[in-house]
Amino acid sequence: MRKFREFVIEKTILLNGFACILFVVLIFFFLAKDGLALFKFVSIQDFLFGTLWNPLAEPPQVGILPLFLGSLIVTLGATVIAIPLGMACAIFIGEIAPRWMRETLKAGVELLAAIPSIVIGFIGMTMLGPVVKNLFHLPTGLTALTGSIALAFMAIPTIVSIMEDAISSVPRIYKEGSLALGATHWQTIYRVMIPAASSGIVAAVMLGIGRVIGETMAVMMLTGNASVMPKTILAPVRTMTATIAAEMGETVRGSEHYFALFALGLVLFVITFFINLVADAALHGKQK
Amino acid sequence: MVDPVPEKIVVEDLSIDYGGVHALKHVSLSVKEHEILGVIGPANSGKTSFLRALNRLNDLDLSSHLTGSIRLNGKDINRDMEAEEVRRKVTMVFALPIPLPMSIFDNVAYGPRRYAVKDKRKLAQIVEKSLQAAFLWDEVKDRLSSSAMKLSGGQQQRLCIARTLAVEPEVILYDEPCSGLDPISTAKVEDAMRELKSRYTQILVTNNVKQAARVGDRVAFFLMGELVEIDETNRLFTAPKDKRTNDYLTGRFG
Amino acid sequence: MKISTQTQQKIAFTLLGIASTVVIVPVIVIFAILIQKGLPAINWQFLTAMPRSGMRAGGIFPAIMGTLYLVSGTILVALPLGVLAAIYLVEYARRNLLSRMIEVAIVNLAGVPSVVYGLFGMGLFVIYLKMGVSIIAGALTLAIMTLPVIITSSKEALQSVPRSFREASLALGVSKWQTIRCVVLPNALPGILTGTILGISRAAGETAPILFTVAAFYLPRLPKSIFDQCMALPYHLYVLSTQVPNVSPKIQYGTALVLVGMVFLLNLVAILVRAHVRSRKQW
Repeated sequence: MRKFREFVIEKTILLNGFACILFVVLIFFFLAKDGLALFKFVSIQDFLFGTLWNPLAEPPQVGILPLFLGSLIVTLGATVIAIPLGMACAIFIGEIAPRWMRETLKAGVELLAAIPSIVIGFIGMTMLGPVVKNLFHLPTGLTALTGSIALAFMAIPTIVSIMEDAISSVPRIYKEGSLALGATHWQTIYRVMIPAASSGIVAAVMLGIGRVIGETMAVMMLTGNASVMPKTILAPVRTMTATIAAEMGETVRGSEHYFALFALGLVLFVITFFINLVADAALHGKQK
Repeated sequence: MVDPVPEKIVVEDLSIDYGGVHALKHVSLSVKEHEILGVIGPANSGKTSFLRALNRLNDLDLSSHLTGSIRLNGKDINRDMEAEEVRRKVTMVFALPIPLPMSIFDNVAYGPRRYAVKDKRKLAQIVEKSLQAAFLWDEVKDRLSSSAMKLSGGQQQRLCIARTLAVEPEVILYDEPCSGLDPISTAKVEDAMRELKSRYTQILVTNNVKQAARVGDRVAFFLMGELVEIDETNRLFTAPKDKRTNDYLTGRFG
Repeated sequence: MKISTQTQQKIAFTLLGIASTVVIVPVIVIFAILIQKGLPAINWQFLTAMPRSGMRAGGIFPAIMGTLYLVSGTILVALPLGVLAAIYLVEYARRNLLSRMIEVAIVNLAGVPSVVYGLFGMGLFVIYLKMGVSIIAGALTLAIMTLPVIITSSKEALQSVPRSFREASLALGVSKWQTIRCVVLPNALPGILTGTILGISRAAGETAPILFTVAAFYLPRLPKSIFDQCMALPYHLYVLSTQVPNVSPKIQYGTALVLVGMVFLLNLVAILVRAHVRSRKQW
């Protein structure tokens, strides 16, 4: 009897192990189910490369290029800010800060990570927006740049924690060998340890980018929601994520708009899927 | 005419490899009931693989592959018995004491509890009996509910012995049990082993040749995965039949 | 002009220190602003009363309760699922293609954008399984989203239990599952707990997954069943700051403060549990 109970338990455990694969498949399936339905009405090229997103027009225009470029600009801006800051912070925490400072900084970074994106969006809207507006003399403070700045701070904790892990798992021999040859601590860091931790650093960057691309609420509140082809970083844009969040509530189930938003979700899923694949490969390769 | 002592364990043509690397080659021997069999040999001689095969702990290593047979009381432990059944009858004491992070009482009662012994009085009896047989009772009887991690190394090892006795095995395997212990604790463990002879069959793998000589009724010498020689302790140490045994015992290698 | 390597190092380290400060300062600033502008709004009435006049007055009680309901539902589903999956990965899985695929799947689940979870939740739970826009649909969506966090921290907790414990138990003839249940799990529990609390705090703060699956714009009463809609703190903040005109900043900041306070408290508990466990570790 006990053997049977154990058998059932072990099979249940096995099923739970597979559950994750099942969920990924399910997500893809449900996105594709309604997303691919779009292509009965619109061609794939028009969708992916069309420059006009105006689903409420007659006929509906569902070109996602402006949205994709909006996401791209905001992501690039955020990455440009987040990588140097995140890397600097990771190095400082891991190698330079004294013991007491290290724990405080780590706690601070963890707290930063814990702030819900809606709150960052809210504070950004009330505080950051006006600053950007006045600094650059713009008609509105809700621009791609505003979004990039806020998103950078949301991505930094991810980057810091993974990079810090990567740097601290560089074998001590490398560090000690370099110092023994007379190099300064700083020279050891940038000549020996960083290259040795490179795959972890790549993974950190990829996961940080993934975090930024997938962010919804903060961008929705900060980037201005203008679904037009972005011209500069100081103009309002619309990201793919914000589009789905903002418009899904108003669509009719089964309409072209509805399918287009699912198709947009599918595009997002595929993009983040590949980013995560690359990041995981980088992390996994390092472990070998 | 004395009745021959029954053979508790019969090993026939046992070979073990780990993903192609051979650890044991064609080993055949038998272990008599109620004897203490010492197993000696240099590093990589296969003696640990041999020991772990006897209670199927080798199964945990997924790359291990076994041919030949091991019979306990006549039954093949790999083909005719479940691993748990084997391990209940053939328990093991490890090189480093592994007290579980719980009280002394809970450590010893761990095995019986898993076999659904729930009666508190019965458990208390089992715990006391086992601790006494392991020569630990007097030292811990007043603090059974304190953590086992607070005991000294020697006490922890005797606790592990008590733990294995609590499940009422037939054979006890020792994998270099005194390697982390001081001479006094070692002596206590060896005393316990002698006391247990009357009720259990014991196999002791040790790097300490003198220990094997002190405690073993018979001693087996392994070298590079092969069983070189097995004989009564006195005869093996005074007149070994194989040159390699002699070389090892006189310290020419190992 | 050649700068000595020592000076180079000093400059570099100073810059790095400045960068780290830049990273941390926003955290302090955000908390300061929230407290300064939100604290005046916090009183017993704010926390326990229903919203009135289109949410411009009154309290945020249904939003707080809604968040609590959602989070409870999330944990009810995600905790057992996650822990069992972690047990599979650590105790049973062999290093083969299948287990690699599961690990990749987990990394991906962790990286899926929150709004895509919202779409998925709507497609599967709200529409296909006909649960409608409801607490159960929202909780299930959040559960799948929280799964990777719980699995990862549970995995780490299980792996931190020394292998020798398992061997000692198995060598006594105890079965594998009993070994897990009686030796491994109890000693991994603190780590699992920490991960769960962190997962809860993330689920509590998410807006996008609940946008289309459960969130009610204005529902000045408590939900009647799990098939009912409910309000939630993050969504309420969004609505107050972008959808309803003329809301006093005091109420907005107050709502934000309550949300951040809840999240912060949960994180604090997790950190304390972790520190307590480390100090009490017996091995």
